[in-house]
Amino acid sequence: MNTNYLPSDFLPIIVQFVLAAAFIVVTMIVTHRIGPSRKSKAKDDPFECGIEVVGNARTPISVKYFLVAILFVLFDVEVIFMYPWAVNFKKLGMLGFIEMVLFMALLLAGFYYILRKGVLKWEE
Amino acid sequence: MELTAFIIKAIIILVIFGLTLLIAMYSTYGERKVAGFIQDRLGPDRAGPWGLLQPLADAGKMFFKEDFIPAQANKWLFIAGPCLAMLTALMASAVIPFGSTLRYDGIEVAVQGVEANIGILYIFGVVSLGVYGIMVGGWASNNKFSLLGAIRAASQNISYEVAMGLSIVAILMMSESLSVGSIVAQQHGGNWNIWYQPLGFIIFLTCAFAECNRTPFDLPECETELVGGYHTEYSSMKLGFYLFAEYINMFISSAVVSALYFGGYNYPGMDWVYTQLTAAFGDIAGHNVATLLGTAVFFGKALFGVFFFMWVRWTLPRFRYDQLMNLGWKGLIPLAILNILITGIGVLFIQPSLTAFLK
Amino acid sequence: MNPTLSFFYFLSFLTILSAIMVVVSRSPIHSVLYLILTFFCLSGHYILLNAQFLAAVNIIVYAGAIMVLFLFVIMFLNMKEEEEKFRGNVTKIAAAIVGGTIFIILFGAYRKTQVGTYNPYEFKSQTGMVESLGMVLFRDYLLPFELASVLFLIAMVGAVMLGKREIGERHF
Repeated sequence: MNTNYLPSDFLPIIVQFVLAAAFIVVTMIVTHRIGPSRKSKAKDDPFECGIEVVGNARTPISVKYFLVAILFVLFDVEVIFMYPWAVNFKKLGMLGFIEMVLFMALLLAGFYYILRKGVLKWEE
Repeated sequence: MELTAFIIKAIIILVIFGLTLLIAMYSTYGERKVAGFIQDRLGPDRAGPWGLLQPLADAGKMFFKEDFIPAQANKWLFIAGPCLAMLTALMASAVIPFGSTLRYDGIEVAVQGVEANIGILYIFGVVSLGVYGIMVGGWASNNKFSLLGAIRAASQNISYEVAMGLSIVAILMMSESLSVGSIVAQQHGGNWNIWYQPLGFIIFLTCAFAECNRTPFDLPECETELVGGYHTEYSSMKLGFYLFAEYINMFISSAVVSALYFGGYNYPGMDWVYTQLTAAFGDIAGHNVATLLGTAVFFGKALFGVFFFMWVRWTLPRFRYDQLMNLGWKGLIPLAILNILITGIGVLFIQPSLTAFLK
Repeated sequence: MNPTLSFFYFLSFLTILSAIMVVVSRSPIHSVLYLILTFFCLSGHYILLNAQFLAAVNIIVYAGAIMVLFLFVIMFLNMKEEEEKFRGNVTKIAAAIVGGTIFIILFGAYRKTQVGTYNPYEFKSQTGMVESLGMVLFRDYLLPFELASVLFLIAMVGAVMLGKREIGERHF
């Protein structure tokens, strides 16, 4: 396989991006042009199963979703740390494995704390 | 990169792009036919022979529907939502190796948009951006159902991304490379990763279902609770983009699964076929024909994956939201970490002793 | 001009433009979307430097994870547009002082630092690949790596302490 990676390897991505963007823009413009357009008061309302609209849709939501998002950020960064390790796994050998087991033990300790605190409990 | 190689790459990307769109279009037809078969009905059969023109008719209908934007929506974000969803879906295929190499004019070009050192991470990155299309669209609609659908979809996607990343780590420990091209090349013949990573495969497949918002994880658009989920307010081709992006994602995830676990373009007995072909057509033409055969095998595997998605959809009921989150966080993440540990022990201890024993 | 250089200028122009748009745009959602664009441009710079792993990590962690969190907070925190308009002069003055101080510090730091030199004969183009990065991280910088995991643990505990509501409390 190719072992000498260069920035120019990424040139085809530009081709793909231009293709995708062109497809999307053209489709959007075409569908906007050829479809009909009729406005009415009832149609402009947000859909609420045919009942009168109550309140605003910009409501605050349960804090649990934020916690999930924060935990996701933390776990994502930890997973990213594992990639350079996994790629060098055979070269790093036993010592590298112990390093990562230690890292994962701390990760799992945090995970256990989260579970015990009931952050991921949805069925209360 | 030389100009010839670049032009060949551009043509490959163009062909793959077209094929992706075609497959996504006919997946809608396939889904209805599969549903019909499973539920013992006919499915679409009016437009053209066996209903084969049905996707065209659907697309035509989508185009001629009113492109409606609700008065209370944020106009530009409302348009941006489906565009982002579609863009991320269409960008993902760049690093997937659809075949080995093509020889032309003395150079060898891989049947792959970009052969990058970070291949897998590119896919991972594009997948993680898929959340934006849903969140932006759902929020901009200014509708309570859309908002709920969007937030459900977003937290579902981000939860399963962690387990997905962890399940890939186990493969990387064996392949020692992030490049999808070399991961596939290492599974030469029938030496597929699925034999070594059955647990990782199951975790990855589950996460792929969740990332595509497919049944049994289709809670974002659960019609009994949320009407249409994040695309409640959408109509015309904007709705079409969301649905289309889902089918493209299905195809891409099947392609990734077959590249990572089922050997991609490799199939048992490929060396024998290769020698036969080069003997029959000469070195260059034979090589190219063998590559195209491998590409056909790859598409066969990916299309079977798409069929599997449909099969599951019409067989299994949907999860409840707490079950979904519990499975993602409490089930798959510890399992994936366990899988990494098992792989590590296997590579460090069992593999050397096994090779010593076999000698 | 050679293509790499012109590409660099184009990318830099795009980066700075989208960074300015982050500050200028009225709606916080637009700001976040422009910030994502800025991160993409930065990833483009990393790719030009042949630091492919950093480019991918920048997209996954910043654009894919942290910005999702930002969007979550902004979208679902009930931001009413009317409340936005009342920003006191005190806030503006404080912001100007803080921003100005940071600018002066950065400017001074840049003036004092010496630009590193490099030897073109010893230049290895594959330094930015994930393999060499992993070897350095897990051999030479082992202690910082393990300490980072302690940091993650603390961050997890902190997030739970701040965000967790006990049973019976309202969830929002």
